[in-house]
Amino acid sequence: MKTFKGGIHPPEEKELVKDNPIADFPLSSTFYVLVQQHLGAPAKPIVKAGDEVKKGQVITEPLGFVSAPVHAPTSGTVKEISKMVHPVTGLLAPCIVIDADGKDQWADGLPLERDPSVMTTEELMGAIKAAGIVGMGGATFPTHVKLSPPKEKTIDTFIVNGAECEPYLSSDYRLMLEQPERVLGGTLIAMRILGLDKAILAIESNKPDAIKLMESKAPPQIQVETLKVKYPQGAEKQLINALTGREVPSGGLPMDVGAVVQNAGTCAAIYDACAHGIPLIERITSVTGRGIKHPKNIKVRIGTPIKDVIDFCGGLNDAAKIIFGGPMMGIAQFSDDISIMKGTSGVLVLTEKDTNISHYSACISCGRCVEACPMCLIPSTLSKAGEKSMWQMALDNNLLDCVECGSCTFVCPANRPIVHFVKYLKALQRAANAKSKGA
Amino acid sequence: MPRVKGHEMKDIFVSSSPHIHSPEDTPWIMRQVIYALIPGALIGVYFFGIPAIRVIAISVVSCMVIETLWQKLMKQDITIADGSAALTGLLLAMNLPSGAPWWLVVLGSLVAIILGKQVYGGLGNNPFNPALVARVFLLISFPVHMTTWPAPRAFFSQAADTVTGATPLGALKTAVFEHGTITAAPHLNLMDPFFGNIGGSLGEISALALILGGIYLIARKIISWHIPVIYIGTVAVFTGALWMMNPNLYADPAFHLIAGGLMLGAFFMATDMVTSPITNKGKIIFAVGCGVITVVIRIWGGYPEGVSFAILIMNALVPLINKVTRPGKFGAV
Repeated sequence: MKTFKGGIHPPEEKELVKDNPIADFPLSSTFYVLVQQHLGAPAKPIVKAGDEVKKGQVITEPLGFVSAPVHAPTSGTVKEISKMVHPVTGLLAPCIVIDADGKDQWADGLPLERDPSVMTTEELMGAIKAAGIVGMGGATFPTHVKLSPPKEKTIDTFIVNGAECEPYLSSDYRLMLEQPERVLGGTLIAMRILGLDKAILAIESNKPDAIKLMESKAPPQIQVETLKVKYPQGAEKQLINALTGREVPSGGLPMDVGAVVQNAGTCAAIYDACAHGIPLIERITSVTGRGIKHPKNIKVRIGTPIKDVIDFCGGLNDAAKIIFGGPMMGIAQFSDDISIMKGTSGVLVLTEKDTNISHYSACISCGRCVEACPMCLIPSTLSKAGEKSMWQMALDNNLLDCVECGSCTFVCPANRPIVHFVKYLKALQRAANAKSKGA
Repeated sequence: MPRVKGHEMKDIFVSSSPHIHSPEDTPWIMRQVIYALIPGALIGVYFFGIPAIRVIAISVVSCMVIETLWQKLMKQDITIADGSAALTGLLLAMNLPSGAPWWLVVLGSLVAIILGKQVYGGLGNNPFNPALVARVFLLISFPVHMTTWPAPRAFFSQAADTVTGATPLGALKTAVFEHGTITAAPHLNLMDPFFGNIGGSLGEISALALILGGIYLIARKIISWHIPVIYIGTVAVFTGALWMMNPNLYADPAFHLIAGGLMLGAFFMATDMVTSPITNKGKIIFAVGCGVITVVIRIWGGYPEGVSFAILIMNALVPLINKVTRPGKFGAV
């Protein structure tokens, strides 16, 4: 079975939610749609308080190519353009508040049924860009940018990431199992755009039924590959390395080794946009963890308040931590006044027993972090540099190559918050850079 | 960790990812090493009796007490629960003769904890293995006490009087020094040091018990195989080459592996995480160095045994080894 060097084996914890079929989440009465739901240039609202909006209507205008619009998740009235806590940055960010009218009426001309196989690649790209599709694994990089590499880069490999290596989460698994044609349809469209006649769909071996189903449904151009269960198998660079043996150069992008990777959920969104003209207004999310009474996989609109989601799943149960994403790379939330975003692959609620709440002690140089690091770094050195704010020393130790997967921190017997130190050092380095540029 | 009041919620925790952690923490690791030392310690108790228990108890208790007192005095957090002081105490005891007087053990504990560890900033910051620092300090300062080896007796036939038995390596050195050949040394049945029926430090006499403990540590992934296997292998190859050149002057490799402190050193002292290299490549270099220096001291040095000195010398080189064995990063261009 294919895999990469390093990595860890955290408890999978998928049994909490993996066998629960996707449930349709009932419409909330109010939606809080963040303007910035992607990585890249900002977007600005193009609606104002009092405006009537319809489901699927564009409500922001992207400012730049590396940007993406957002759409109204349902029909209703714009209550206000307000500010709310952004689940990723933790800062107050602009958000469009929509009071739903309960009619859930599509905007004019939607959905738009068409056959993607007769569309030109320009039309397909236009549909993806207009649909506001971003990487749905959590990174939220605009998909149309990833699918249009510069001409000098030759792309020969397209990988659909169905690894879902984060513990607890099962949203991609449920998607592949229940709606395989969406994933495969989107894959074929992305292949056409990239000018490729083959693609690899990579799934970890702990999802044998999804592998079997995909193998039976996939056309011959889409090859289903089984990956070893190991975290972070689904990290872009590790995935490419496992499947092709190539290493994305330090500081480079997958396209530098001829590869493009899209998450399975992103492929499904590509299919919806091209075949039905439907923008990205809903996604599949795993609401799980022992801190939630009834873990569920839900199909939920973007902008749905997290409180509604928690209520729908039976409420909290000794919750100690609320996380957007998985337990390895997800972001702990300090408030429940937040809403579902395009990149919310999971809402994980951990109890105190299941999470990691304790102090850290001195590094004993055991080397476990070195063994675990998929990027071949020495995380212990970075953590020691972090304690002393020595970002230049950290740079010399390849700080910027760290992908913050958390493997080192998971295994550290001294419980050192290595990823925290890395994020802190990167912030110091960015601040110093900005300062020197400003001077 | 910050605690932030959530809306209509009980307190929730906020921290950087990851949010889950392996249950294997520092105290767990220290406990595993202590477990792995138990067979060797039991053999010491079996052959040296109550005095061995006494040395172990004094050493472990004084290391823990001294560390606590020091941290109280320095107004630091008390880290006694991490198990490292207890482990240092046990390792020190295993490096002492069973007849060591109480003050020697306490002095050794003081040197191990204060000079070996705390002056550098405590666990994780010490360059040298604390137990070895103490052992070598005592060996140089109190050579008579440190080389008075009670003869081994089965536990139930302990006599009150102490008969001093030389260590096999000591007998060898004397024979070469006085007669110019190892054949003058008393014949040694290698089964004795294998099971522990010889004179020596109370925890180093049975190669078998120490190997079993070492295998436990490797199996539980507390240590990697690199240091013990390469260290022992280097000693075997080096002494084997010498033995083949002149078997009258040099003992055979089996003797060098089993007699003396090599097994204790290779499995438990050289593998100390804090004072050994962090990468596997570094560990290999470190272990080869330990092996070569051990043999050089045993054969040409003034002391019959070279394991402690070899490990301490290589400890000093660890920062350098770590520097030159930094792994090539993923995607290096």
